[in-house]
Amino acid sequence: MNKPILIGMTAIALTLGACGRKTPPAEIPPVEQPPAADPNSTDPNSLEVVELPALQADLVAKAGSDTIYFGTDEYSLDEASKATLAAQARWLLANPGVRASIEGHCDERGTREYNQALGERRANATRDFLLSQGVPADRMTVTSWGKERPVATGSNEEAWAQNRRAATVIIR
Amino acid sequence: MRMILTMLLAGIASTAIAQDTQESEPAPELVGGSVRSNVAIAVPVMPGDAVGRQVSEVIVSDLRSTGLFTPLGPGGLPGYSVEEAGNPAYPSWRNAGVSALVSGYIEPRADGRMTVACYLHDVTAGRELTHQGFAVTSANWRQAAHKCADLVYARLSGQQPYLDTRIVYVAETGPKNNRQKRIALMDSDGSNNRYLTVGRHTVVTPRFSPRGDRLVYVSYIGRKPRVLLYDVASGQERLLIPGNHITFAPRFSPDGRDVVFSMAEGGNTDIYIVSASGGQPRRLTSAPGADTSPSFSPDGRQIVFESDRSGTQQLYVMSADGGGQRRISFGGGRYASPVWSPAGNMIAFTKIAGPFRIGVMNAGGGGERILTNGWQDEGPSWAPNGQFVMFHRTAQGAGATRLYAVPVGGGSARIMPTPVGGSDPSWSPINN
Repeated sequence: MNKPILIGMTAIALTLGACGRKTPPAEIPPVEQPPAADPNSTDPNSLEVVELPALQADLVAKAGSDTIYFGTDEYSLDEASKATLAAQARWLLANPGVRASIEGHCDERGTREYNQALGERRANATRDFLLSQGVPADRMTVTSWGKERPVATGSNEEAWAQNRRAATVIIR
Repeated sequence: MRMILTMLLAGIASTAIAQDTQESEPAPELVGGSVRSNVAIAVPVMPGDAVGRQVSEVIVSDLRSTGLFTPLGPGGLPGYSVEEAGNPAYPSWRNAGVSALVSGYIEPRADGRMTVACYLHDVTAGRELTHQGFAVTSANWRQAAHKCADLVYARLSGQQPYLDTRIVYVAETGPKNNRQKRIALMDSDGSNNRYLTVGRHTVVTPRFSPRGDRLVYVSYIGRKPRVLLYDVASGQERLLIPGNHITFAPRFSPDGRDVVFSMAEGGNTDIYIVSASGGQPRRLTSAPGADTSPSFSPDGRQIVFESDRSGTQQLYVMSADGGGQRRISFGGGRYASPVWSPAGNMIAFTKIAGPFRIGVMNAGGGGERILTNGWQDEGPSWAPNGQFVMFHRTAQGAGATRLYAVPVGGGSARIMPTPVGGSDPSWSPINN
């Protein structure tokens, strides 16, 4: 029962992905101020941001990847990461209408609050490199997911290596 | 007070004592060595109202959870009349082989509520040790049962009560790579579980205010972690720090007026304090590195926190204004998420040495003891009487998390009955 449904969903996802690659979105939304425009608002609802999946797919297609990886408990960028980020910077400069949320992630082997701090270090190092490549500071915002959003679910070195990352997420 | 327990123990058959001594021999691992004694306490059905059986069942369950007693009943025990609650037939209970008896009755009150009367008897000596009446609405009979169990626990152990409390925690559902997290609140025995958030945003680290009427927690709103202040009665909440900052690791000060927390900016995380009613935050640390997980001493004069300024996560103590920062952890390995004990003499922490374990040390450093042996035990929270620490244990691979409570004096960790997975527990003060 499950198998045909899964296959169907995969087919749909592939079609959408291909679509996004062939035809870059004609209409790029204008840069908007961060939702927390009122610096004194204490209303949590004033802070929502919107992801832009089609532009995200375009970034991945053109820059090769929206993600870079880190060593255990580290936040320095290796040469492969710098090359990926340079390509991301070129895409961001070619698409001046978008903003990016630079998001740091950690593996499960750190405690929750330490990982929130470590994720910010990774995101900040990533942001600094994009800045050095000419991406304006006001188009980037930094955040840390700590260990809240693993992509690989195993408890082994291979999974941990995939989870120690910084992702460039295109937002409005 | 401790004499009472000793006296009751003296009443137990010698074979039981021999068995108990054998069980409490030093075990090769810290968990598994049990402090459970075999003080047999009879808890028959309370007369006077149909809810009496359930009241007695909750008392039995509470007393068993302390790890100090072997409660019996209410099933299989003879009943008694309202009049006998304060004047039981001691010889027949002695013949039943119990050391203590919890009796009582339930009667309606003129104001529409009901009284749950609770008596504790030393069966061996043939005398009443204490009694108290609790007035509750009929819907709130569970609380009267918890109060009665607390009365028994406090009288026999010499410790402060802790059973009539609540736990706020993060309820976890769904697979590890798509986990839904909701703030949940329950009684300390797992009953009356309810969800305070709907799961739209990832939430972590809820913590009670000192009076138990408010929470601070972290919600990922707009893709950033932000500290929220939550009023338990009304459900109203607001951002602790306005604007677009990364804020986390919140805890109230002991007077409930301030909140300490971490803010990350430019690759550096420092500890700040701000009034819970708003205003400008004050920075308490400025060392390069990750300064986080601050927790006040109960007198409000000092703050323990973790920092990796030395190269690895270690524990530090500073005065409440940020002065006099000094390291207190020197036991090898890394130390994280310190929490000051309610009496002020100890600090619970997460020790990272491969696996994560929960430990305690003296507030001045030293005297370290590891209390748990899971693969990943994290995030300690003290019971208000300082006798237990609750934490969450993550399973290798699947990442399922469950709440556990471990006696600080040594003994097995006990799983908490949550309806779904749980993490980041915070133990409330004793309920009013």
